[in-house]
Amino acid sequence: MRRLLPFAFCLTVAAPAFAADMKLTVEIPELKVAEYHRPYVAVWIEREDHTVAANLAVWYDVRKKDGEGTKWLKDMRQWWRRTGRDQTMPIDGVSGATRPAGQHQLRFTDGKPPLGTLAPGHYEIVVEAAREVGGHETQRIAFDWPAKASTHLSAKGSAELGQINLDLNP
Amino acid sequence: MKHAFVRAALGAALALALPMAAQAHKMWMVPSATVVSGDDAWVTVDAAVSNDLYYPDHFPAQLDQLVITAPDGSTVQAENENKGKYRSTFDLAVPQKGTYRIALVNQGVFATYELDGQKKRWRGNATDLKAGLPANAKNVEVNEMASRVETFVTQGSPSTGALKPTGKGMELVPVTAPNDLVSGEKATFQLLVDGKPAADVKVVAIDGATRYRNAQDEMDTTTDKDGKFSFTWPAAGMYWVNASADDKKTSTKEAKQRRLGYTATLEVLPQ
Repeated sequence: MRRLLPFAFCLTVAAPAFAADMKLTVEIPELKVAEYHRPYVAVWIEREDHTVAANLAVWYDVRKKDGEGTKWLKDMRQWWRRTGRDQTMPIDGVSGATRPAGQHQLRFTDGKPPLGTLAPGHYEIVVEAAREVGGHETQRIAFDWPAKASTHLSAKGSAELGQINLDLNP
Repeated sequence: MKHAFVRAALGAALALALPMAAQAHKMWMVPSATVVSGDDAWVTVDAAVSNDLYYPDHFPAQLDQLVITAPDGSTVQAENENKGKYRSTFDLAVPQKGTYRIALVNQGVFATYELDGQKKRWRGNATDLKAGLPANAKNVEVNEMASRVETFVTQGSPSTGALKPTGKGMELVPVTAPNDLVSGEKATFQLLVDGKPAADVKVVAIDGATRYRNAQDEMDTTTDKDGKFSFTWPAAGMYWVNASADDKKTSTKEAKQRRLGYTATLEVLPQ
């Protein structure tokens, strides 16, 4: 994500009129459990036929030696079925380390990876979390692209995900 | 002595698993995972004949009939094979991307006869039939049998390289990938006998956790003219899918009838 920020910045300066973007906030709740592991989280955009339009983020255990963390990627079972199983890990600019409890902000700009150029249409952004010896939760937010005006959408998880906000800018 | 006993018992178990008493014992394999990720993935598999699905309570499966096909079509070996009292187990490394087919392939003849007024049975290879039956056996009835018990494991995206039919006995050809099944979604497969579509064959599917229900809750359907059938999975779970048929296409001249059986363990994941 950090690497993408300069791009976003450049675009707002150089071509503000065309820089449709989306800001996503994903909350990982603090859980009081005996054995806590940070969740694996995947974020992607689905077309109406459930095909994947963009793979936005995959947080998994990248520190384990010999890529052993990839063993549990399948636990994000919807992501795995829709796109994960076709990927070679790590995915440049998409995958990264697991994150602690808290609010995590992601920003994606039209025409730039990993969002790319999204054809106008109706989509769902999907956030899926799977936690070792814990639960599994998926939240979806439907949206139209490009947004005609600044739009705020949200969903609220009940177990492995907290508040999810999606802010679209035309 | 022990060997003979095991053979006889397996024969009985197999006979029970076949059409005559399909409601009794069920033969199966259950892998620890059907969908795996990571380059160093392994699965461990239980194989048994039991009453309840999938709790070994009757007889272990014979692992000498194990045939494992990797996504590239090559035959691979299981590791750490063990035959216990009630179940057999083995481990399998699944390094290749694609779908692995794990099968217990049984082929042979089953004979019933009378000796001094007592009913006896014999099971073995067709070539051993003459030597296996006593000279004064009466009312000899010989059946050929071909059964296949399978399960599937996929690393990465499903593939079909390992799923090409052998053309022998009853087999399943997936239209829907066998490791891409989700509750509420319809899955379609094709049933073949000797490589040709098997029409009008009854196929049953039972959600595995029978121990925790009072009824089998069996779903059934019949193959169409192309041998195709579909199930829409009502819930996630490990499903036991079974079909059987009889025909007269025997390759052993003493056998009048052939019994065919096919069983798959298919995992259905939640939405």
